[in-house]
Amino acid sequence: MRRAVSALLALLIFAYLFGVLLKAPIPGDYRDERYNYYSPLSGREANESVPDHYVERGEEETGSQNIVTSIVVLYRGFDTLGEVTVLFTAATGVAFLLSTQRSKGEKEKKKEPNFMASTGVGLVLPFILLVGAYIFVHGHLTPGGGFPGGAVIATGFVLMLVAYPRFQLREKKVSVVEAFSGLAFAVIGLISLIMGLTFLENYLPKGVAGTLLSAGIIPLIYIAIGFKVGSELSAIVSHMKGGEE
Amino acid sequence: MVDPLTVTIWVLVITVLLSAVYAIETKDLLSSVVISGVVGLFASIVFLLLHAPDVAITQASIGAGLVLAIFVYALKNTTRWEK
Repeated sequence: MRRAVSALLALLIFAYLFGVLLKAPIPGDYRDERYNYYSPLSGREANESVPDHYVERGEEETGSQNIVTSIVVLYRGFDTLGEVTVLFTAATGVAFLLSTQRSKGEKEKKKEPNFMASTGVGLVLPFILLVGAYIFVHGHLTPGGGFPGGAVIATGFVLMLVAYPRFQLREKKVSVVEAFSGLAFAVIGLISLIMGLTFLENYLPKGVAGTLLSAGIIPLIYIAIGFKVGSELSAIVSHMKGGEE
Repeated sequence: MVDPLTVTIWVLVITVLLSAVYAIETKDLLSSVVISGVVGLFASIVFLLLHAPDVAITQASIGAGLVLAIFVYALKNTTRWEK
């Protein structure tokens, strides 16, 4: 009975959401209501709606080749700070709940690492960390950014935890990295307040879009977010495993 | 006539749905966890085909990697079989 009711409820919600999706405007439909202007960048008509503004003017205004990144870090930078705070709160909650439980697996500590796993992880791990760092350093050029890069780095640490039973994450050091990178994000935002701009507004030279040293404060913020997300997710998994001895 | 991309996406989405239903219905919690990793991986391929590579990277590393590890560690402290 309960299963039938919940299945029915799920189907109803699915039907409702699907109906909403069918009514959603198709890109291009909303254009005629807005004021159109000639965009010198793309050489065609554009209009003054917010999405079109991001697409047409984003690269010119932020210097970031990746439009998604320019929205996430500059136009909607305050939201990103909130997102980072949410993740921080989750990591703190996990640490608070699970840090009292010390790992009781004495026999697990003595377990020898699986030869295949440890050799494979030893080969693959440097490349995983490199890819993670690449993703967040090149956040303004290629798809990705601080969150995906940090998640990839955390995956590398999870592989270490799986392959080497004796490996432990130094939770003190990880929390120091996390705290300083979170602080760096906030300080970068506060500097723009000091310089008389709005919070998290760009104050560094934009450079040439498409080069590594461009887009002003975006790479700095994404490096901070990458370190923060990587250390937080690694700490969450490490706490779930049973924490430091 | 039939777009191969659309067919691929439909096959992947149906696989995701079936795997999700299996993950809920099976009594073996370990295989349920592994199948939920399959859900995350196939969803990330769908994101990639829909031209959202940044979401795909995040989904692949979190949905197929970290969540799997967290669930396996949680499962170690309980029983493998659902009553």
